[in-house]
Amino acid sequence: MSAEDTKISAYAHPERLVTTEWLADQIAAGRIGGPDGIVLLESDEDVLLYETGHIPGALKIDWHIDLNDPVTRDYVDGARFAEVMGARGIGRDTTVVIYGDKSNWWAAYALWVFSLFGHEDVRLLDGGRAKWVAESRELTREAPSPSAVDYPVSDRDDAPIRAFKDDVLAHLGKPLVDVRSPGEYSGELLHMPDYPQEGAMRGGHIPGAKSVPWARAANEDGSFKSREDLEAIYLEEQGLAPADDVVAYCRIGERSSHTWFVLTHLLGFESVRNYDGSWTEWGNSVRAPIER
Amino acid sequence: MSDTPLPAPLAEIAEDFRSASNDLKLQLLLEFSDDLPGLPERYAGHLEQLERVDECQSPLFLTVEVGDGGSLDDRVVSLFFDAPPEAPTTRGFAGILHEGLDGLSAAEVLAVPDDAPMRFGLAEAVSPLRLRGMVAMLGRIKRQVRTRTAG
Repeated sequence: MSAEDTKISAYAHPERLVTTEWLADQIAAGRIGGPDGIVLLESDEDVLLYETGHIPGALKIDWHIDLNDPVTRDYVDGARFAEVMGARGIGRDTTVVIYGDKSNWWAAYALWVFSLFGHEDVRLLDGGRAKWVAESRELTREAPSPSAVDYPVSDRDDAPIRAFKDDVLAHLGKPLVDVRSPGEYSGELLHMPDYPQEGAMRGGHIPGAKSVPWARAANEDGSFKSREDLEAIYLEEQGLAPADDVVAYCRIGERSSHTWFVLTHLLGFESVRNYDGSWTEWGNSVRAPIER
Repeated sequence: MSDTPLPAPLAEIAEDFRSASNDLKLQLLLEFSDDLPGLPERYAGHLEQLERVDECQSPLFLTVEVGDGGSLDDRVVSLFFDAPPEAPTTRGFAGILHEGLDGLSAAEVLAVPDDAPMRFGLAEAVSPLRLRGMVAMLGRIKRQVRTRTAG
């Protein structure tokens, strides 16, 4: 067993992560694509990054264009989700592996949206796109043409893993994790460092939230830290427990998807919700209480 | 949208985009990203001499040079951009502006309508949120031209 396999086997739900080595083996064995194969998806912040070169056999899924409803400020509904999945050759039982840029933020976000629809077997590539590239593995500009399959229209079940603003108001006093940068948490910055002013009227954080920037869960190469290291941060330092009812948030819910994944699948927390409205909603809401 | 016409080279690019399918728009944008010229030696490694455009999702730096001349119609504008390969959308936007505006006169660049980025039919291909980056780049370019030709 490689050191990476050993690391992954220690997580609460090791089946949720695959290594670059494993993926390369699946590609070599011809297991990517096809009706019984694994479907590999790239989910990036940059809408054009897939086109510049992607892992052989990977299809593209865009958080904004494919997963968000163009009109309502919400995710797509069951019918549209079924189209997005079916067009990529994904059936309800298909194993889906997702990877992306920015330490898998958008990959984790896509995985979380897939989970809202109850898609069972969805995994992340540990380290994402950056690790694959850093290992000088193959990229191609050739886009596969999958045969469409029928994906059943499945209801989106938000309640277990998604929090809305009212849920957060009712949750005040219970564990909240703010995964933004320290400057955003303190209220000094109204946006991510280096990012556009996708503004909120006020800076600060939701009362009682602990500041645990998402990046603390990641290694330099974008892969997740070991279970032991993660427990040292979230359990020992922050005093969270796997039985806690936790809400995580950031600016628009992408970085907190990463932390949601860490708490839920790597540390085995039973009740973690992602507040996707996050600071862009809370910081702009009239009379929503904040702390600085 | 305003009725102000785009300068000919930019209008031609806008027409190519508008008549393309969404998939083809992304391919076109990729070509602009691939073809964005690198910085000349006098700027390479000197990003502090360039203006940073914070509205782009990924860091983009740009600067403008304006040639000598008697009037704004005679003064030629040169554009320089720097953005990393991991930010192809940002590079693509920069590439469009480079091909569409580089070599025009200061008067022509200043006359480019501020809503020009909305005339490429790109909103549905890349999402309106992401187009903000191109709006911001155009704003900075015009402001730099204005500053460099003032007085």
